[in-house]
Amino acid sequence: MIRTLAILVAILANTLPAFAQDNKELVTSFKLDNGLQVIVVEDHRAPVLQHMIWYRAGSADEPRGASGVAHFLEHLLFKATDTLEAGELSATVAANGGRDNAFTSYDFTAYFQRVAADRLDLMMQMESDRMVNIRLTDANIKTERDVILEERNQRVENSARALFGEQMNAIQYYNHRYGVPVIGWKHEMAALDLEDALSFYRTYYAPNNAVLVVSGDVEPAEVRALAQKHYGAIPANPDLPERMRTHEPPQTAARRMIFRDARVAQPYVSRSYLAPERNSGAQEQAAALYLLAEILGGGTTSFLAEKLQFENQIAVYSGVFYSGQALDQTTFDMIVVPAEGVSLDEVEAAMDAALTDFIDKGVDPEQLDRIKMQLRAAQIYARDNVDGIANRYGRALSTGLTVEDVQAWPDILQAVTAQQIIAAARDVLREETSVTGWLMRDEGVSQ
Amino acid sequence: MRIFIAIFTALVLALPVAAEVKIREVVSPAGITAWLVEDHSIPFTALELRFRGGTSLDAPGKRGAIHLMTGLLEEGAGDLEARPYARALEALAASFGYDSGSDSVAISARFLSENRDKALALLRDTIHNPRFDQKAIDRVRGQVISSLKSDAKDPDEIAQATFRRMAFGDHPYGSDGAGTVDSVTSLTRDDIVAAHGAVFARDRLYVGAVGDITAEELGALIDALLGDLPETGAPIPGPAGVALTGGVTVVEFDTPQSVAVFGQRGIERDHPDFFAAYVLNQVLGGGSFESRLMEEVREKRGLTYGVYSYLSPRDLAATYRGGVSSANDRIAEAIQVIGDEWAKMAETGVTQKELDAAKTYLTGAYPLRFDGNARIASIMVGMQMQDLPIDYIATRNAKVEAVTLADVNRVAGQLLDPQGLRFVVVGKPEGLPAD
Repeated sequence: MIRTLAILVAILANTLPAFAQDNKELVTSFKLDNGLQVIVVEDHRAPVLQHMIWYRAGSADEPRGASGVAHFLEHLLFKATDTLEAGELSATVAANGGRDNAFTSYDFTAYFQRVAADRLDLMMQMESDRMVNIRLTDANIKTERDVILEERNQRVENSARALFGEQMNAIQYYNHRYGVPVIGWKHEMAALDLEDALSFYRTYYAPNNAVLVVSGDVEPAEVRALAQKHYGAIPANPDLPERMRTHEPPQTAARRMIFRDARVAQPYVSRSYLAPERNSGAQEQAAALYLLAEILGGGTTSFLAEKLQFENQIAVYSGVFYSGQALDQTTFDMIVVPAEGVSLDEVEAAMDAALTDFIDKGVDPEQLDRIKMQLRAAQIYARDNVDGIANRYGRALSTGLTVEDVQAWPDILQAVTAQQIIAAARDVLREETSVTGWLMRDEGVSQ
Repeated sequence: MRIFIAIFTALVLALPVAAEVKIREVVSPAGITAWLVEDHSIPFTALELRFRGGTSLDAPGKRGAIHLMTGLLEEGAGDLEARPYARALEALAASFGYDSGSDSVAISARFLSENRDKALALLRDTIHNPRFDQKAIDRVRGQVISSLKSDAKDPDEIAQATFRRMAFGDHPYGSDGAGTVDSVTSLTRDDIVAAHGAVFARDRLYVGAVGDITAEELGALIDALLGDLPETGAPIPGPAGVALTGGVTVVEFDTPQSVAVFGQRGIERDHPDFFAAYVLNQVLGGGSFESRLMEEVREKRGLTYGVYSYLSPRDLAATYRGGVSSANDRIAEAIQVIGDEWAKMAETGVTQKELDAAKTYLTGAYPLRFDGNARIASIMVGMQMQDLPIDYIATRNAKVEAVTLADVNRVAGQLLDPQGLRFVVVGKPEGLPAD
C-alpha cells in the first residue's frame, strides 16, 4: 500500500504551516498586495534553493506579425537594467556559485536561478529589478536577434523532424496562436525590433501577472519577508489585459499533409487531435485523456506497442502523448515509426485499426491498476526532486490552474474509471477531427 | 530556451557536496565494496551499478554487440518474456535504466522500500538470466538500425562520428559503440550472449546506493544481486592514441546551419595539473555565459546560440573538445574567432579576476550537484571509478582554491595547442577552406 501524500498548504496571507513532518511535500502559497502570487516548496535536505519567476505571457499572447517576441524578450532580459550591466545578472549568479537560465512556451515565460540557500535576497533583488527596469539599445537588438535566428537554425531549420512538427501544428490550429511556433516564424523574427520587445514587456511584465516560486532549503516566512521587500514595492499594472484568446472553429474534416525532406532517414506517421486541457475545477476529462495516453502508448506494455511492435512487427516504435497543461485547447498526439519494408500507408492503417479495436475492447483493468500504482509511486519519487515540484506549480499557475487544482490532480487521476477512459477516447479520437502527417524522404534529391 | 543544453560539463569531476553527503564504505559479506549514503527521509533507494569497459569491450567484427545486449536487458529475464517482464516491473513501480558508454555499462535502479525484495529479485534475474529471445533481438535490432540510419543524416552525429574517426582511428574510441548498420545486422544471439559475458564481472564492478537502506541491508542486497557474477570478463583494451592534427575538415551536407566540433589532445584526470586545466577551461569555454568563447562568439557578435568547450579525460584517452553551430555564411567567422581565442589564451592566459570568478563559481556550484538520490549514487560510482578517496568531497574545493594564476597560465601554455586544434564542420560552409 502506498500512502497518498498529504500536500500541505496555507492559502491565505498570514501564516505558514507548522507541519514539520519533513517526509512530506511542504507547499505554502500566498499573495502580495500588488497581486504577485508566491509559492514556497520546502526541502531542507541540502542547503540549496531555486528561485523562479513565471510570467503569464508566452508566445500565444504575442500580437499578430510579431511571432517570437516573447522568446526574444526573454533573451533581452539578460541585458542591462538601470542598475545592472548587460550580463551582470548571470555573472553575479555565477560568482555566487549558481546557475541561471530562462525558458519560453506558448503560455508562459519563466526565469530561474539555482544557488546556495543563503543567496535568496540577492536573487530577488536582481529579478525584481529586471521586472520593470530593463534598458535596451539598438545594438542589443541587432546582436541578440542574430542569436535567436541561430537558435532557430539549430533547433528547427537543421532538423527535418522539427520543420515537420511546425507544419503539423500550423495545420492543427487554424485560428489559435498555438499554431505559430514559440520561437517564431523566421521572417517575423528577422523583423523584430526594440518597440516590439518593449511593448510586450510593458504590457505583461508586472507583479499582478507573475508567479514567484521558491523551492529548497527556505522558510516561508523568510520568503515572504524578502518578496515583500523586493517585489512588494513594484506597483501592479492596472492595464493588464485579460487573457482573451481566439478559439478554434469546430473541425469538420480530416486534414492531411506530406512533408518531404532529403535529410529524412526514418519516415514516420504523426497524428494529432484537438483535445480539452485541464481547467480549474474541471480536470476530470483531462485526467481520463492522460490515462488514455498512458494506456495506448506509454511504453512497452501499452496497447499500441502490443499491437504494432509485438503481435505484428509492423512498427519499430509507437508513442502517444498528451499534455493537459495549457491555457487553451491542447492536442492528443501519436507517432508510429514503420518497420523496415513497411509503408507509411500500412503502418497508419494498422494504427487506426488498433485504435478502433481498443475502443471496442475496452480497458484492461490490470493495466489500469498498474498505471495507477505507478502514479502513486511517482508521488514518492517526486519528493526527491523539489525543483520538479516547483516547476509543476509554476506551470500550472501560469496556465489557469490553482494550487487546489494541482493538489487535487493525483486523486482525480486515481478516480478515473475504465468507462471514462473509453468515453474520452470516443470523444477525441474521431476521424473527422484528425490531423495526419507523413514525414518522408525527398527521393528527388540525392543525398 | 536560452542555453542549448548540450553543455557537457559532466565528464569528469563528480563534484560532490558539502557536509550533507556522508558517504560510508560498505563491504559485503562476500567482499563486494559499495559506497552508501543512508537517508531515510523518502521511502525509496537509488542503486547505481557500473561495469568498467563498456562498448570498448566489443569483440573484433562485433561492433554494437554490447550496445544491443544492453538494450536487450529489459526484454525479459528468467521465466518472464518481454511483455510479462515489463508488466512485472510496472507492478512494482520500480525503474531499471541501462546505458552503455565507451568506458562502462551502467545500471541505474530505483525502487520503493516496500517492494525492495521483489524489485531486487527481478533485477537479479535481469543481470544473471536475461533471455535474449530471438524475437526480442530482432525487434530491438530494428530500433537500433533505425536510429543508426537517422544518425547518418543528422549533422551533429555526422560531426561527432567524423571527429571520432580522425582522433582515434581503429581503436574502439574511433567508432560508434552502437555499431554500423552492417555490423548490427550480422549480430547473432551467440554474439549477444558473448557480449553479456564480456561485460558483467566482479573485477570491474562499482556500486553506489543512496536512500532508505542500512549498511547491513545493502551488504546482503549486493551479495544476493552480484555475488554470483564471474570473477572476470573481457580484457579492457589499451590506450587510444590521439591522432589529431590542426586544421579544418569539411563534410558537405545540405543543411542551413553548419555544425562544428573541435578538439585537440587533452589532459588525464589524474594528472597533477588537472585542476589547473579544469579552471582554465571554465574561463575559456566552460558552461556559462561568462566564458570567453560565449562572450566573443555569441554576446559580441551574435554568431551562434551556443559555443562551449570541455575536458574529456576518458579511461583510454584524453581530449579537449568543444562545439559551435552557425549559419553556413557565418561559420567561417565563428571558427576564426574560436581559433583566435584559443591562441590568445595559450599565449597570455587568464587574468586574476577571471581566475577568481572561475574559482568562486566552481566552489560555490559544488552543492548544487547533489540534487537527488540517483544523482548522488551516480556521482559516488564515478568517484570510485576515478579512484578518488572517499573523503574527496571534503577536500575537493581546497584543490580548486589551491590553483594559482601561475599554475593556470603555465598549463594554458602547455595544454592549449592552437596549431593542433582540429575543426570538423558539417554543412555547406561558405568561405571556409578545408585542408
